[in-house]
Amino acid sequence: MTDPATTDPAPTDPAARPAAGPAAPTAAGAAPVGRRVAAQAAFEARAVLRNGEQLLVTLVLPALLLVGMTRSTLVSIGTDGAARVDVLAPSVLALAVMTTAFTSQAIATAFDRRNGVLRLLATTPLGRSGLLAGKVLAVLAVEVVQLVVLGAVALALGWRPEVAGAGPALLAAALGTAAFTALALLVAGTLRAEAVLAVANLLLVLLALAGGVVVPLADLPAGLAAVAAWLPSGALGEALRVALLDGTAAAGPLAVLAGWAVVLGAAAARLFRWAG
Amino acid sequence: MEIRGLVKRYGGRAVVDGLDLSARRGAVTAVLGPNGAGKTTTVECCEGLRSPDAGSVRVLGLDPARDGARLRPRVGVMLQDGGLPSGARARDVLPHVARMYAAPRSVAELTERLGLAAFGGTTVRRLSGGQRQRLALAAAVVGRPELVFLDEPSAGMDPQARHAVWSLVRELRGEGVAVVLTTHLMDEAEDLADHVVVVDGGRVVAQGSVAELTTAAGRTGAAAADDRTLVLRLAGPLSEADLAGAVGPGFAVAVPAAGTLTVTGPVTPATVAAVTAELARRDVLVGSLEVGRRTLEDVFLDLTGRTLR
Repeated sequence: MTDPATTDPAPTDPAARPAAGPAAPTAAGAAPVGRRVAAQAAFEARAVLRNGEQLLVTLVLPALLLVGMTRSTLVSIGTDGAARVDVLAPSVLALAVMTTAFTSQAIATAFDRRNGVLRLLATTPLGRSGLLAGKVLAVLAVEVVQLVVLGAVALALGWRPEVAGAGPALLAAALGTAAFTALALLVAGTLRAEAVLAVANLLLVLLALAGGVVVPLADLPAGLAAVAAWLPSGALGEALRVALLDGTAAAGPLAVLAGWAVVLGAAAARLFRWAG
Repeated sequence: MEIRGLVKRYGGRAVVDGLDLSARRGAVTAVLGPNGAGKTTTVECCEGLRSPDAGSVRVLGLDPARDGARLRPRVGVMLQDGGLPSGARARDVLPHVARMYAAPRSVAELTERLGLAAFGGTTVRRLSGGQRQRLALAAAVVGRPELVFLDEPSAGMDPQARHAVWSLVRELRGEGVAVVLTTHLMDEAEDLADHVVVVDGGRVVAQGSVAELTTAAGRTGAAAADDRTLVLRLAGPLSEADLAGAVGPGFAVAVPAAGTLTVTGPVTPATVAAVTAELARRDVLVGSLEVGRRTLEDVFLDLTGRTLR
C-alpha cells in the first residue's frame, strides 16, 4: 500500500508540483482573474489617455465639435424647438463612443497584433479571454472619462439633459460600445496594421458626418437618412438623442444596435486572427 | 517537456514533420536549425499558440492545447519578435506583466540584473533590439516559471548584455527550471546547453550534449576530449570505405557533403601520413586538408548543409 502522505497532491492544489527533479522554484501561480483583467484594463486605458494622437481623436475632436457647432450655425441642424446644445451633446457623446470603441481600439489592437503583443499576453496567465475582457473594460473606462469631460463642457454650454433618459442612454451606449468594439476587433484581426489605421479613421469621419452621428437623421438627405437609420452609427446617434432629449427609450434604434452587436460579435469571433 | 511525432502543416506543407523532443528540469535544451526548419512552430505548439495536426505534446505533464489556463502561470515565454506593447515606456512593462502572477520575482531585482533602468523612460518602440530582448527576457521569467521558452534570447545584444543573459539562464537552471532556447549562435549553445537538438526540415537530425555532437560517435569522456577531426576537400573521387581502411579502426569517417570527407578520432601525424599515402595511391589531388577540433558550428553545417536558403 502507498503511504497517503507520499502520493501526489490533488491537481486542484495550486501548490501541486511533480515530486521528481531538483528543487523546483517556489510559488509559481496566477494572480486572481479579477486582478489580471483589472491590471490589463488599467494598462490599456492609460495607454490611450497618455497617447497624444489617441487623446486628439477621443477627447479634443469631440470637444471641438461640441463647442464649435454649438456656437456657430454653419451647419444647420433642426432642433424642433430645443436648444442647439441639447441636440448636439447626445450626438457628440455618440461620436465619443465611436472614437474609443472603434477607432482607438481598432488601431491599438492592430498594432498589438502586428507586434506580437497579443501572442505574448496569450502565453501569460492573462490568456486570450482575459485580454479581451481587459480591452472591453479599458474602453468603458475611457468612455467614463469622455462622459465626464464632454458632459462638463456641454453643461457649461447650457446643456439640460432629460434625467429620465439616463437609463435608455446608458443602454444605448453599452450596445453601441459592444457593436463598435466588435467591429474594431473584426477590422484589427483581419487587416494589416497600416490598412487598419486608414480604415478606422476614414470610417469614423464618414459615419460621423453622413452616418447619422453628428448630423441627425432628419437633417440628412432622405436617401442617406434611410440607409443611416440601419447603420450602427445612426442607431446609436438616434437612441442617445431620443433618450436625452425626450427621456424615452427608442425601441427601433436600440434593436438595430443590438442586432449589429450580435452580428459583428459573431463575425469577429469567427474571423479574428491572433497573429499578424 | 515531451514531444512525440509532432506534425504541423501550413496549407498542406508539413513545416514540422514527425518531430520528437524532450527537455528536462534543471537543464538547458538548445534547439538549433536553419531558418524555416520548424523550430519556432514547434515551440509555439508547446506554448499553446498553435495546435498540432498530429503527435503528442506534454508540457509539465499537461496538454498545452487543452490545459492552457493551468499551464500559463508555470511557463514563461520570450518571443522572437518581442511581443511588447510598443507605445508603453520600458519601466511600465515589467510591473504590468508581474501583476499577472500571484508571487512574481522582484521587479527591482530583475531590473538591476538586466540593466533595464538605463532605458526605463524610453518607449518600447524606440529601444534597440538588444534592449528589447532584455526586457522580453525579464517578462518571461518574472512569473517564476518552471519551464521557459527563449526564442533567440541574445540576438542583437552587446557582449555585456549577452553575459548578463547567460548568467541569468544558468541561475534558472540551477533553480531547477527547464530552459528551452532556440538560437543561431553556436557559441551560445556551446556555452549554455546541456542538450543540443539540431532540427532541419521539420525533423530532428541530431541530438546530444555538445561533447557528444562534436566528437566521434561512440566515443565519450576523456578520450573523446582529445579527439581531432581531419577534414579533406578533394578534387577527385575517394570512397568512405577506402579512407576508413587507410586510417584503421578507432576513427569515424563521414561524408558530410560531396567532395568532403572527415576523419574523427585520435588524429596523429601518422594518421595524416596514412591519409595522404592513400590519396597518392588513388591518384587523387587534395584541395585542402585541415586538422582541428570540431566545433558545434562544423557539426551544424555538416548536418544542415552549407547552401543558403
